[in-house]
Amino acid sequence: MATAAVSTEQRENYLNAEYGIRSWLLTTDHKRIALLYLISITFFFFVGGFFALLIRLELLTPAGDLVLADTYNKLFTMHGQVMVFFFLIPSIPATLGNFLVPLMVGAKDLAFPRINLLSWYLYIAGGLLMLFCILTGGVDTGWTFYTPFSTGFSNTNVAEAGLAIFINGFSSILTGLNFVVTIHRMRAPGMTWSRLPLFLWSTYATSIIFLLGTPVIAITLLLVVLERTFNLGIFDPTRGGDPVLFQHLFWFYSHPAVYIMILPSMGVISEIVPCFSRKRVFGYKAVALSSIAIAVFGFLVWAHHMFVAGISLYAALVFSILSYLVALPSAIKVFNWTATMYKGSISFSTPMLYAFGFIGLFTVGGLTGLFLAALGIDVHVHDTYFVIAHFHYIMVGGALMGYLGGLHFWWPKITGRMYPEAWGRLSALIVFIGFNLTFFPQFILGYLGMPRRYWQYPPEFQVLNVFSTAGASVLAVGYILPMIYLLWSLRYGKPAGNNPWGAAGLEWTTQSPPTTFNFDETPEVTWEAYNYDQIPMPEEVTLER
Amino acid sequence: MSDSTAAVEHAEHNDPALLHHFATAQQQRDTASLGMWLFLATEVMFFGGMFCAYLVYRYWYYNEFAAGSRSISIWLGTINTVVLICSSLTVALGVKAAQLGKRKQLVSLLLATLVFGVAFLGIKGVEWYQKYEEHHVPGRSFDVSDIIRDYPQIHIDPSHSQLYFSLYFAMTGLHALHMIVGIGIFSFLTYYSWKGKYGPEYYTPIENGGLYWHFVDIVWIYLFPLLYLIDRKPLR
Amino acid sequence: MFENLPLWPARASTMAGNVDLLYIFLVLLTLFTCAAIFITLIVFAAKYRRRHGREAHQIEGSVLLEIAWTVVPLGIFMLIFAWGAVIYFQERVPPKDVAEIYVVGKQWMWKLQHVEGQREINELHVPADRDIKLIMTSQDVIHSFFVPEFRIKQDVVPGRYTTLWFRATHAGTYHLFCSQYCGTLHSGMVGQIVVMEPAQYQTWLTTGGGFGSLAANGASLFAQLGCQTCHRSDMQGRAPMLNGVYGNPVTLEDGRTVIADDNYIRESIVNPAAKVVSGFKPIMPVFQGLLNEEQLNELVAYVKSLNPPPPGSVNAPDMAAAETKP
Repeated sequence: MATAAVSTEQRENYLNAEYGIRSWLLTTDHKRIALLYLISITFFFFVGGFFALLIRLELLTPAGDLVLADTYNKLFTMHGQVMVFFFLIPSIPATLGNFLVPLMVGAKDLAFPRINLLSWYLYIAGGLLMLFCILTGGVDTGWTFYTPFSTGFSNTNVAEAGLAIFINGFSSILTGLNFVVTIHRMRAPGMTWSRLPLFLWSTYATSIIFLLGTPVIAITLLLVVLERTFNLGIFDPTRGGDPVLFQHLFWFYSHPAVYIMILPSMGVISEIVPCFSRKRVFGYKAVALSSIAIAVFGFLVWAHHMFVAGISLYAALVFSILSYLVALPSAIKVFNWTATMYKGSISFSTPMLYAFGFIGLFTVGGLTGLFLAALGIDVHVHDTYFVIAHFHYIMVGGALMGYLGGLHFWWPKITGRMYPEAWGRLSALIVFIGFNLTFFPQFILGYLGMPRRYWQYPPEFQVLNVFSTAGASVLAVGYILPMIYLLWSLRYGKPAGNNPWGAAGLEWTTQSPPTTFNFDETPEVTWEAYNYDQIPMPEEVTLER
Repeated sequence: MSDSTAAVEHAEHNDPALLHHFATAQQQRDTASLGMWLFLATEVMFFGGMFCAYLVYRYWYYNEFAAGSRSISIWLGTINTVVLICSSLTVALGVKAAQLGKRKQLVSLLLATLVFGVAFLGIKGVEWYQKYEEHHVPGRSFDVSDIIRDYPQIHIDPSHSQLYFSLYFAMTGLHALHMIVGIGIFSFLTYYSWKGKYGPEYYTPIENGGLYWHFVDIVWIYLFPLLYLIDRKPLR
Repeated sequence: MFENLPLWPARASTMAGNVDLLYIFLVLLTLFTCAAIFITLIVFAAKYRRRHGREAHQIEGSVLLEIAWTVVPLGIFMLIFAWGAVIYFQERVPPKDVAEIYVVGKQWMWKLQHVEGQREINELHVPADRDIKLIMTSQDVIHSFFVPEFRIKQDVVPGRYTTLWFRATHAGTYHLFCSQYCGTLHSGMVGQIVVMEPAQYQTWLTTGGGFGSLAANGASLFAQLGCQTCHRSDMQGRAPMLNGVYGNPVTLEDGRTVIADDNYIRESIVNPAAKVVSGFKPIMPVFQGLLNEEQLNELVAYVKSLNPPPPGSVNAPDMAAAETKP
């Protein structure tokens, strides 16, 4: 653990530029805001994870014998709401995005630093309201809030939960706004669109969805809140309202929302794979355009969640065919990442292990999406564990692994420290194994007919449920380990130089951690993205043990 | 509009209005402008959800929507439309005044805008109060027997009428909320204009505040015919 | 086949085999694609792992490859789409000659009304080898009628009818699940479909309390509520004559033409002003909230029974006639 003559901490950087709680809570430095987000979303991840733990414990036995039925209904609702709105949707954009977007474009900060801080406060306000909602009795509508159950039948904190998500939505919108404007207006000289790192293309596409989709869930939840509060009847069929209208409005956002959750992760993979293959991305243009295509097509497929909801046959046909079109760009990306490794020089660092895991699990998740888009199959597997398995493969096997991979990849830049590589690899392996054990049996359970959101189930489903719960306990270990060793590395980790991985990208030209204003002089970009032919392989980083 | 940034002009950093993370004032202006346009796009989607619900229910319950529409005051609605359009005019002239550095004119125009805005809210308040007196506010005391009596030739289902009024209050309420925010913004703008903060070199807040105000105006231009002008021709 | 391998439920309807076939195809496609990608990844990882002295080969891309791996998957996807769509069409469009059963879902039970009058709760007896259509509605929130062994599912929505059809192939007892979250005992809203041989089903129909057929109950309700005052069976009433209405086109006041299906009949009772028949005034009282879903089902069945039976075809309530068909 030899330290350099002038250790990196003693140099001024964004972490030690100012001390005191006010300097953090009133910061406008995008990097500090990213860390504020990192702490908050990690907290909510463990809240959501705690609910998942209880769910899986209950499902060990066919009978409902751990918690009451109402409690179980609250558990899966709050697991979904917390994980989707307070963890997955902000995760990469608000942490890695906030940290990296200005660095990657060569700017001193985002376009609107104060609005960035406001975003975080809105997230906290929504989060606090959600916590209040949880602690004062919870919600039991399912994260999907279907009417008329949510508007006229549930006796839980529906309005509070709706408002919490509403407030949180504005956090998303402002973050998306900041990113789009920054990428358009604040690129350094020479940083043309075709030289942008693919992480920024993904972030840009995600931000478009933030901007155009989130307001729709906001108004939808607002209508639900108004209906509950003022007994309005907008979605009440006994008064002429239409519960299926709610579903259309809800899914118009919530489908693009899943692309919010996966696109940034894909962007991370597009950075990790070239770096640890020492090659530029195969098919840069294809990958960049695929991100935009996913965002655009993602807005056109929402009613594939409603094939058995009572929509017309012809509407179903349209949404099914469009759903196949949106699958195509994702497939193209997987092929391009794989091709990037061809004739590369591959090393198996922790980020690269997560990337491999991502490609494998996302492929499975994406292919099972084809099952769901097939109308005849969807009738059978809709609202069963098949769907649960599908989206967890994408959101956990895909998005979350990409997040962890990115966290490890940029950890040296963010903190100035290296994490312990052996522990990193071990955790990646544990996550991969635990994840498959948990969720693969659920595909089978779903096709066998086990419905979602079931507190009790017929005994013939028990064996697969036990496997799934066993896997979940392994998975939990895989998530707790990084918490421990990443925190450990803050104090005891090997100090990182500017570019421990020998990676391409403007962020790696700054010191680790960067100074408050990122660049002393505005960089001028004269090279193409992923110029790995010019960047020397890192000598000093030992990738073995 | 150029995408790429200009070269760093260190001299510009003596400009007090230029924030540290921008290279040039032009970049700062372009950034603020793009930001406001994108924000307005999100607002379109926000109102859009409710417009969607409105369109569905109007198609299904046309009679109740038509009768409900006739029961709100077309005069007050029209006056409010004129008021808002005038306010957008004063805003646009205000931006021009700022560009030309005419401080006194700018302040007067902004004040006029505020007056129009407050007038709009006042008239809206009168309208809502009228509805309250007539028991057309959804809730416990909702009662449309007067409307039913007025139109014996068509069948009116009270719960469908309630849908119309729910959407009426929700949509005009959301719009009024945006007006209040706009008035708050323009109060600040008026104060800072009076202090001399804006001129030809820096009038971005006036311009972007103006964009916001115009947007709120345009929302009303859609709300007015949709809510007030359904089937205003004589009933068959 | 594969009875002991618990990868899919038993196949107990005519659709099950079709659905499973597409499923198995997709499973094989998934396995093949995953194998291709995983093996490629592993081979690359091994063959191109970092070694001293060997540099990476910078490759920009290949337009040909991009086109290839866009077009080929697109073709496969369109195939899957078409296949799935065909199955869906078959699932959603019931055959012409189909027996009907009314279903009312409520928190947290299924109520089933046979047209012959039998009422069941959480258990549905049906004959094998007969096309059955379920006409379903909910009394409160959205539920969903799911029978895994038949591979069928349909949301049950308050305020309207949704339909589902199947043809059971094997006698036996099969799971019925509610598959749309509906509150506390969503997971308790389960039951069974009891498929019987046709002869046994006949026996079952005739035993068990005199409920009176659905249509007969509807007739007495019709009289009780005074409907016949306006809906006379001659042309003299203030309301349209109902004989022969069901299933036929109706011209409305505003010029539209709609088909008088189950949803139309039901809507005309709970929201009469929605679709007024051309030439009539909107004076029918509103029955929303005054009748429960079972009563509405009875009235709808009654209106349907007012149609003269088409010559030579089988009438739903007449199971004996079905028995004698070759």
